[in-house]
Amino acid sequence: MEYRLTEPFTKDKVNNFRAGDKVYITGTVYTARDAAHKRITEMLERGEEVPFAIENSIIYYVGPTPAKPGRPIGSAGPTTSYRMDAYAPKLLDLGQLAMIGKGQRNEEVMDAVVRNGAVYLAAIGGAAALMAKQIKTAEVIAFEDLGAEAVRKLYVEDLPLTVVLDSTGGNLYEEGRENYLKSAAK
Amino acid sequence: MREIDVRLIEDKIAELCIEANHFLGDDLKSCIGGMLEEESWPVAQEMLRSIQENIEIAEEGVFPLCQDTGMACVFLEIGQDVHLVGGLLEDAVNAGVRRGYSDGYLRKSIVKDPLRRVNTGDNTPAYINTEIVSGDKVRIIVAPKGFGSENMSQVKMLPPSAGEKGVKDFVVNVCAQAGANPCPPVVIGVGIGGTFDRAALMAKKALLKPVDMENEDPYYRDMENELLERINKLGIGPQGFGGRTTALSVKINAAPTHIAGLPVAVNVNCHVSRHKEAVI
Repeated sequence: MEYRLTEPFTKDKVNNFRAGDKVYITGTVYTARDAAHKRITEMLERGEEVPFAIENSIIYYVGPTPAKPGRPIGSAGPTTSYRMDAYAPKLLDLGQLAMIGKGQRNEEVMDAVVRNGAVYLAAIGGAAALMAKQIKTAEVIAFEDLGAEAVRKLYVEDLPLTVVLDSTGGNLYEEGRENYLKSAAK
Repeated sequence: MREIDVRLIEDKIAELCIEANHFLGDDLKSCIGGMLEEESWPVAQEMLRSIQENIEIAEEGVFPLCQDTGMACVFLEIGQDVHLVGGLLEDAVNAGVRRGYSDGYLRKSIVKDPLRRVNTGDNTPAYINTEIVSGDKVRIIVAPKGFGSENMSQVKMLPPSAGEKGVKDFVVNVCAQAGANPCPPVVIGVGIGGTFDRAALMAKKALLKPVDMENEDPYYRDMENELLERINKLGIGPQGFGGRTTALSVKINAAPTHIAGLPVAVNVNCHVSRHKEAVI
């Protein structure tokens, strides 16, 4: 199946997404990777206000290249997601709607996706120039000192993604491989 | 004795950093095209086409191939009849990397200390490897290395009794464990023999070989072909979504080792296996 996900982002809109579906997102997504996740988690533990509302947010695990003059952003493909596994379940429990990244997640993240009716989407790793073309605006909103790892507010149009983990426990990395191997064995 | 000013090396490195991050080698592009023709799984075909499209966009020179423009790995083969003048070689290399990453709007991904993790802000220091060779020239290879794939690399000190089977199983197993993480289809560099550290260096240098170049040793040529076939039966596929094309190439370097040892290193690279070179 193919879906278009538009604002306002709410859980009911991602309920039907299943592992392997294509999703095109239009709207606001926030960037955060290793260092930003660590800081956000520490701020939450101290009861401080975080840079953006976690509830119904879409977080893209990316550290883009610097924007050239006249461009909103540089190349912006996904970074490997497992490094955020230590932080993701807590954010999902606080209502985060979607994670965008690439690569396998641990059991805790898979459980948190199902428990919260969230979704884990994969962008195409190493196709960062292609992804950048769908990003229309970008603004650093926190942790500027982190450079590429700063939190950015992006406005994306038809960002092309694939559902990896869905709210029913579906996992494309397992199913895709099994289905291919079954077909290849025929 | 030929004198070479290190500022020439600096200039060349700055250019190569930008070039390597925008233009993939023709060998790899043909390889991806060939793999696409042999790929039967629709999702895998679609991913390979997207990868091709990404390469075309990057060639316009605006957006780098990948947002992880890597740690600058700089390999220098210095002729022993060369006398370097004009400053310290290491400083010149880092100045070249600093300029290339700034002028090219490339990402600064280096932290000064592995535990205290403060970004140096200019992508230096580079990883520098020098080798003294014959002649009066300097060959420079710049290979920006992304860490999504670097993190999936492994070294193992096998006992000699593990033999060929142990080596092959280890290589295939590294790819199986890596799964979708290193942005498959991957390019695999293998180092067999030497010491603990030399095996890893040989694996990294294997990634610099053209993917269409056959190993000159028929024994290792057969092993490269067999490993590629086995990895492409794992079913991981491009991006881990399933398919045949899990790896594009396997290249092996081997070296003499100790009677008690069989070191094996596997350096994993993504489909954006970047390296550009120049000779001064």
